[in-house]
Amino acid sequence: MIDFLIANLAPIMFANLVVFLLLGFPVAFALAANGMLYALIGIELGLLTPVLFQALPQRVFGIIANDSLLAVPFFTLMGLVLERSGMAEDLLETIGQLFGSLRGGLAIAVVFVGAMLAATTGVVSASVISMGLISLPIMLRYGYDRRLASGVIAASGTLSQIIPPSLVLIILADQLGRSIGDMYRGAMLPGFLLAGAYIVYVVLASLFRPASAPALPEEARRFQEPNGTRGGRSLLVLMLISAGIAALVGDYLEHGTAPVDERIVLTMLIWGVSAFVIALANKLLRLGWLSALAERVTFVMIPPLFLIFLVLGTIFIGVATPTEGGAMGAVGAIAMALVRKRLSLNLLKQAMDTTTKLSCFVVFILIGSTVFGLTFRAVSGDLWVEHLLTSVPGGQWGFLIVVSVLTFVLAFFLDFFELAFIIVPLLGPVAEKMGIDLIWFGVLLAVNMQTSFMHPPFGFALFYLRSVAPKEDYLDKVTGKRIAKVTTGQIYWGSIPFIVIQLLMVAIVMLVPGLVMHYKGDQVVVDPGSVKIEVDSTYGESYGGGGVYGEEPAQGQGQGQGQESKDPNADFK
Amino acid sequence: MNALLAFSRLVDALNQFVGKAVTWLTLVVVLVSAGNAIVRKVFHTSSNAWLELQWYLFGAIFLLAAGYTLLKNEHVRVDIVAQKLSQRTQIWIEILGIVLFLMPACVLIMWLSWPVFVDSFVTDEQSSNPGGLVRWPVKLLIPVGFFLLVLAGLSHLIKCVAFLMGKGPDPRERDRGKTAEEELAEEIAREAQAREAAAHGSTQGGR
Repeated sequence: MIDFLIANLAPIMFANLVVFLLLGFPVAFALAANGMLYALIGIELGLLTPVLFQALPQRVFGIIANDSLLAVPFFTLMGLVLERSGMAEDLLETIGQLFGSLRGGLAIAVVFVGAMLAATTGVVSASVISMGLISLPIMLRYGYDRRLASGVIAASGTLSQIIPPSLVLIILADQLGRSIGDMYRGAMLPGFLLAGAYIVYVVLASLFRPASAPALPEEARRFQEPNGTRGGRSLLVLMLISAGIAALVGDYLEHGTAPVDERIVLTMLIWGVSAFVIALANKLLRLGWLSALAERVTFVMIPPLFLIFLVLGTIFIGVATPTEGGAMGAVGAIAMALVRKRLSLNLLKQAMDTTTKLSCFVVFILIGSTVFGLTFRAVSGDLWVEHLLTSVPGGQWGFLIVVSVLTFVLAFFLDFFELAFIIVPLLGPVAEKMGIDLIWFGVLLAVNMQTSFMHPPFGFALFYLRSVAPKEDYLDKVTGKRIAKVTTGQIYWGSIPFIVIQLLMVAIVMLVPGLVMHYKGDQVVVDPGSVKIEVDSTYGESYGGGGVYGEEPAQGQGQGQGQESKDPNADFK
Repeated sequence: MNALLAFSRLVDALNQFVGKAVTWLTLVVVLVSAGNAIVRKVFHTSSNAWLELQWYLFGAIFLLAAGYTLLKNEHVRVDIVAQKLSQRTQIWIEILGIVLFLMPACVLIMWLSWPVFVDSFVTDEQSSNPGGLVRWPVKLLIPVGFFLLVLAGLSHLIKCVAFLMGKGPDPRERDRGKTAEEELAEEIAREAQAREAAAHGSTQGGR
């Protein structure tokens, strides 16, 4: 009996953890208690020594000193301020009008705005609630298929999980011991491809079943020029002119030697600024060059583009670390909300309150999982997991497929914080030993976990959509027609095609690693001695190299062992 | 029991006060961090003290707010199975959870982290980065944070027992009110209505 216990302590410990978690007591403490219980059992069996516990304060200290986790409150605060700033509503309304005259246009606008919001910051609940309250009633009014309408809203809301800057990517980068900047670079392309895939699906649906996604009728189109057109051509010309300016000025400023990231960011910035300047001149001087639509689109696109530059731009061109990028974004969001007169003291307090509580519970799950991990590794749990996963047939592919299926299934029960802190530290070292690039692995996990937000029946996005979608039949104010309620079944069924797209995307990322791996290529071009390399090498030295897991597996970030010389900040001097 | 409930109210008031105060640090740390990035870019200089202040404040936020977060019942749970149990059973799980899960872990970390602080204080430990900050304040945060958490746990325990004795409401329901999402939804709904009305008016007027 004792022998059996000793030989199988790790699997028993893990099984017991599942029971503890299911009791419904806060995860952080269930994890910690499980770790302590098995440490005591291990000591009793003579496997461990009480010295093990002495490492705990140092581990907690390591978590405090972890610069990358600091990005969590920053991006949360930014998201919470933004969701009340009215930016999402402006975008949905204007972009809805822009694409509305196309078949499926409203749904395309939802995807577009979803991706745009995702790139400023990611709060799934806020995106889904805005789209559910603003776009859903319009889609219902003009006869969209309910399943398509609700599916596209739920799916677009979850884009904020995969398109940088997202909390999932920060935490995955942290747990896998990689730099957040690299994780962002790696996730960029898959994220936007995913948005593209949603649009393709909407277009296909509107082609094969035109009734499912009708265009806005004449009377609902708001931008009308005196000559009867909608002003789309004017917008196109404006965009082309400013793109031309951007290309020219960008070339002049960069002399063709700058890294690709930096050029893209700068060109986009100049593009936006020139469009804005032209539109502003047009408005103030009453030149009448531009259509109302072109002017309006330019004005609503500027705030999000500005924020994207402030966060991702400064990270990619190396002005700020990802953590500081988050802080810049939060400052930008607060400034924008102030300018729009949307920021009351009460709102700010609420946002700070929620940020504090979220940061606290996230870090406490990490503390709990650190206690768990300490014991789990001491009883050779890491070897058990490794043995389990390397014995899967098919080597690397078998491993990736099993992990994807596992994540997909677990995502029904656990949310991503729990997955990232409990499962990822167990999988990371195994992936690393198999020679899998951890950024690629992380993006794969992120796409997979994103799916968990739209799984019926527990998916958060579906839950929030249900809370704002009409539960009763109602009379539409504009058309005066009776509109049927949206049933829960419709919301569930609507998510299925998008889950399929999601799984296809997992397969694509797996089969075409180049989608993610370009992050390496982007860095090679860097001019040594620039600020950028300082930022990158900071993370590269203290996080990379792969030795981190071998030496001290419980501590993905390689901190907390008292070596403050490794403090990433030191390199900034 | 009444004395215990009074103690619980006192503890809650303390955690409420500390929690509310700590929320302001999120704003402070945002400004500090953004300032660091800008100063580095514009003036090509940076100070380790300011860089370290970032994570000192981060530590203060999550450690000092730990009790507050427990008070507000915001620590995440896996409740798919648990929510199917009766309310009383759930409260019993809550009581056992505090006694067997929360208390041992938190008391242990608190206990072990105190000497670490004392050691740092006595030796006047300094940052290993030139110009960095003195270390003991951040090491003090760990025992203090876990102490607040232990207090909040005790208070929660008292309220759970009081509920079972019929002397108080379900402590997990406390302060629920509207969730942040519900409030957001209401605000956006109002906004949507206003826009709808405006848009409707303009299309009518434009014709």
